[in-house]
Amino acid sequence: MSLLEIRGLEVRYGGIRAVKGIDLEVGAGEMVCLIGANGAGKSSTLRAISGLVPTAPGAVRFDGGDFAGIPAFRRARAGLVMVPEGRGVFARLSVEENLAMGAYVRADAEVQPDRARVFEIFPRLAERSRQTAGTLSGGEQQMLAIGRALMSRPKLLALDEPSMGLAPIAAQKILQVIRDINRSGVTVLLVEQNARSALALAHRAYVMESGEITLSGEARALLADPRVREAYLGEAAG
Amino acid sequence: MDIFIQQVINGLTLGAVYAMVALGYTMVYGIIQLINFAHGEVVMIGAMVAFSVIGALAPSGLPPLAIVLVAAGCAIPVCMLVGYAMERLAYRPLRGAPRLAPLITAIGVSIILQHLAMMIWSRNPLAFPQIIKVESYHFAGATITSVQIAILAISLAMMAGLAALVYRTRLGTAMRATAHNPQVAGLMGIDANRIIALTFVIGAALAAVAGVMVASYYGIAHYAMGSQLGLKAFCAAVLGGIGNIPGAMLGGVLLGVVEALGAGYIGDLTGNVFGSNYQDVFAFIVLIAVLVLRPSGLLGERVGDRA
Ligand SMILES: Nc1ncnc2c1ncn2[C@@H]1O[C@H](COP(=O)(O)OP(=O)(O)O)[C@@H](O)[C@H]1O
Ligand SMILES: [Mg+2]
Repeated sequence: MSLLEIRGLEVRYGGIRAVKGIDLEVGAGEMVCLIGANGAGKSSTLRAISGLVPTAPGAVRFDGGDFAGIPAFRRARAGLVMVPEGRGVFARLSVEENLAMGAYVRADAEVQPDRARVFEIFPRLAERSRQTAGTLSGGEQQMLAIGRALMSRPKLLALDEPSMGLAPIAAQKILQVIRDINRSGVTVLLVEQNARSALALAHRAYVMESGEITLSGEARALLADPRVREAYLGEAAG
Repeated sequence: MDIFIQQVINGLTLGAVYAMVALGYTMVYGIIQLINFAHGEVVMIGAMVAFSVIGALAPSGLPPLAIVLVAAGCAIPVCMLVGYAMERLAYRPLRGAPRLAPLITAIGVSIILQHLAMMIWSRNPLAFPQIIKVESYHFAGATITSVQIAILAISLAMMAGLAALVYRTRLGTAMRATAHNPQVAGLMGIDANRIIALTFVIGAALAAVAGVMVASYYGIAHYAMGSQLGLKAFCAAVLGGIGNIPGAMLGGVLLGVVEALGAGYIGDLTGNVFGSNYQDVFAFIVLIAVLVLRPSGLLGERVGDRA
């Protein structure tokens, strides 16, 4: 059984249907990526999964339970944690306080070792632990947003364009870290505009176009698919 | 010089009360961008409950200090309940509504609470029982009373406690996180509604203590006392930078001192055309000056800085 199961998901903003009844699954331990052009409905899908927009009964099931009507904070407590588009760090809180907020829902005593692990993954954050998050560079804020999400020990980590706005090297580094996080046992659903890197790292992938899933399958297979190469990897067909 | 020192002492006392009330405005504004016009009424209810408790216990022969403590001990939970109830019943259902809706509701809540208080405690000013004998101490040509010392000490302790809660605890960090971005706080598993309710309850507790203090200071309690006091505390919050906790503390104290000095010198400065009964205009002069010269307040950040 899949950890995350999406059936006929629709997202509407007023009269606009941004997501038009998609199916998507993420199995435990998998790393799945969702790619597509701007405005395809990727962020809307993640918002629906994490509870920021309402969904119909049965559309989003996580860990065997229906998420309809469950508020975002309960979904996070259930282990589904999203890093939103634009990172959403608490700009006026220090790096340490941001990480503490990631661990807000946890009562166990292992918060300290987990923080040490985050600092190990992102040494830059350790150097800046007392700075307010607003003073960090874009790449550092992305590290903080991911580190903060890890602090909650998610079962499924959903990331919305984590490489957006980063220089190519920083973007590559972030994606590598996400792959390492997945290898350490965290299920990952990755939304990326950087289709080539995302497909190279993920197990499976979905391609989204105007609110619909148009292609899906093994990431490697999609990387070789001429339709994907033409539309998302900037290559001529054939 | 004597009058200067005296008015500074009086102003600090009053300012401490303003600061305690201003914190309630600023914390609620910081987290849901609502000016809770009913907050002054919570102060009034604190004073009224204390009035009733002191009146009931005064003949009992209990030590006066114990009676006052019991009175505050009753006023605080009653006000916390009122604060919780107004958030739960009046403001939460309007979350996500256009900003004008909760604002008008706040005015409605304020009117309802005032009239309830009028029905319970009468429409007349009530002489607040002065059961503790007031001691006066003289120094440098000025006088400070034991009530003033108590007000200053209690406010200082409560504000230090609040600052420790907000800036040193996990819960306080969650409050600041929610104020900054409630949606992302939700993604971290923080129940924003619970944090918002808690903010109202904490503000109400401070208001309760302020109510007891201000009623003991002036020796009077009245069902409408909350509206003017609340309005001035709101001015103090704007002066410090609405939404900013240290700003509310600073704004309250400054406003109290400005008001007291203004009242002390206005006669001399205007050739006695205006007297100290004009004291109340200073808060609003300060409010207008702030809005014109520095709308973000003394410690507030630039408008637009808030995500
Ligand atoms: N809050 C909103 N209100 C109205 N329309 C929106 C909103 N958010 C997104 N949309 C629309 O929904 C569609 C999908 O947007 P989005 O999910 O952000 O796509 P993507 O993340 O793939 O770029 C777009 O047409 C966008 O304009
Ligand atoms: Mg997007």
